[in-house]
Amino acid sequence: MGATGDLTPELLARSVWSDEDMAAYEIPFKDVPFITIGGGIGSFVTVDYLRIAGVPASDIAVLSNIGHPWQTYEYLTRVSQIPRAERIRSDSSSRPDNIWGFPSYALTEAWRDKSVKHLLNVLTEPVFADFWTPRAGTVFEGLEREAARIGYQDMLVKCAVRMVRRREAGGYFVVGSPEGGPKRVVYRARYVHIAVGYPGLRFLPDLQHFRERYGDYEHVVNAYEPHEHVYEFLKTRPGTVIVRGSGIVASRVLQRLIDDREAHGLGTRIVHIFRTYVDGPHGPVFMRRRGGHGWAYQGFNYPKSVWGGQLKAQMRRLEGAERAALYKKMGGSGANTPWRRKWQRQLAAGRAGGWYETRKGTVDSVVPGAHGQLVSTVGGEEIRSNYIIDCTGLEADIAESRVLADLLEHGGAGRNPLGRLDVERHFEVRGTASGKGAVYASGTATLGGYFPGVDTFLGLQIAAQEIADDLARRGFCRRIGPVRSTAQWVRWLLNRPI
Amino acid sequence: MLPLLSGRIQTRLFLLALAGSLVTLLLAPLLPGPVKDHFLVLGAVALFGVGWELVYHLLMQFRWEKDWPTLFGLVTAVPEGLVVWLALRPEPLAFCLHFGAVWLAVWLLANGPMRVPFLRWRFRGGRLL
Repeated sequence: MGATGDLTPELLARSVWSDEDMAAYEIPFKDVPFITIGGGIGSFVTVDYLRIAGVPASDIAVLSNIGHPWQTYEYLTRVSQIPRAERIRSDSSSRPDNIWGFPSYALTEAWRDKSVKHLLNVLTEPVFADFWTPRAGTVFEGLEREAARIGYQDMLVKCAVRMVRRREAGGYFVVGSPEGGPKRVVYRARYVHIAVGYPGLRFLPDLQHFRERYGDYEHVVNAYEPHEHVYEFLKTRPGTVIVRGSGIVASRVLQRLIDDREAHGLGTRIVHIFRTYVDGPHGPVFMRRRGGHGWAYQGFNYPKSVWGGQLKAQMRRLEGAERAALYKKMGGSGANTPWRRKWQRQLAAGRAGGWYETRKGTVDSVVPGAHGQLVSTVGGEEIRSNYIIDCTGLEADIAESRVLADLLEHGGAGRNPLGRLDVERHFEVRGTASGKGAVYASGTATLGGYFPGVDTFLGLQIAAQEIADDLARRGFCRRIGPVRSTAQWVRWLLNRPI
Repeated sequence: MLPLLSGRIQTRLFLLALAGSLVTLLLAPLLPGPVKDHFLVLGAVALFGVGWELVYHLLMQFRWEKDWPTLFGLVTAVPEGLVVWLALRPEPLAFCLHFGAVWLAVWLLANGPMRVPFLRWRFRGGRLL
């Protein structure tokens, strides 16, 4: 063992490091009690909670490769056809910039627009109106304001995090590679929070095969990657687009295709392939969900009560296979979409006009055809199209994230019944404790745990609350009681910095 | 707030005791009859309410989302008010004013301001304890 100033293979192979190791290898490190890795909305809401609970900004570091918390979210919503002026699929009182959810987004937009129509919508939803949802822009503006209020930029360190290793005397070492700085930055922390979001895009296997085999990344696209060229092509001449997937993104993409069709009088033809075709309401009487024309309908990506009602309470009690079974019963995230009047009207017009067709089944193969077209084979039928838009999602294995893979290999972390990161009810990653230190995780990596709605604004806040309360039990911060909560809310309302 | 049965009952009793009492005291000078009669009405809303919550909880089971839309919380004033009125037969106009004001106050508080002091309330199905 000799001084190198850098991490050696010998050190990297060991799961537990000590302060002596750092001294022997001459690796400098900084002490920060709480580190959050990711820097997206999951990190943001957790830091927001802690700041409100009285933790000084100097005790927190946000390690991230993005410059502001909504950067990735805004990118993904924009390319999947939700620019700032459009509305996202989220409840009015799910506000990542306000831990109380009051005033709700509807109240804020009503105040700003001096109009009661937003409030009337919330009052009559979902019976007489579609669920009210906020504009993407409203969400980002709120986050910007709150980020400034809590001094977010002062806590942010731009770097790519490589690993979290346990420290012999308790706590952890966190290793990152800073942007344009020294090769390594090492932190010694007592608590680490990981919210790295979606590890990557998931492509349907046959589409991935097509892209790799024919090197064609233009005609087969994922809805979460930039694909404006598809819409531009369709403006120049009539064409056929195959849409795969039956979730919110498929709905958005269809809306864009049909909006363009209506606005520019285009001759776009759409063939929509459903792997699972839902032809009506489904499920037993007490678990019955609306559906029809292929879709399963649901206001948000989970039944609402996962965020605080019956399903949340029920799931919290279940273990292993029973938990996995309830996840399955709920239909999880993904293949469902809200029943919205506009979309119903557009698709009905498409069916009547014969330019929107659906197919049920799986695609056997996709190969290039004549005139630059693509030929998809579904149950023996050949469908020709100019483009295929894969709207099936953002899922990928958690081990594709470098820091999570390392945590699984060296940190003692394991997988839950759905194969994601196994966390306790308070979002501590099971098996990773180190002395008095703890690793927490929130967001999509923890799907399958005691709380289901993890990859949502409200889910991230529920996780943040559990984490903040656990840290209060450990003496790291104060527990936010009614008095502090109210006093801090007034500060929020007046936009007073913390 | 997405309610649990216990949360429904706790929230109702808490808000009636707090906001209901306050509204009743404020309105008492405008209403005919002794103050205790008005508190009797309030007590009846709370007592019958526990039974109503059982009914609402059952009805909610038919909803996929297991939610209770904002509007339901408002319009259930009609059957509940009728039952209380039939049981106690107070002066109709004064009752409408008193009952309506109490209901509105409780409904408004439950749909937002409750979340300010009670940060965990909405994630715990409306339970305060």
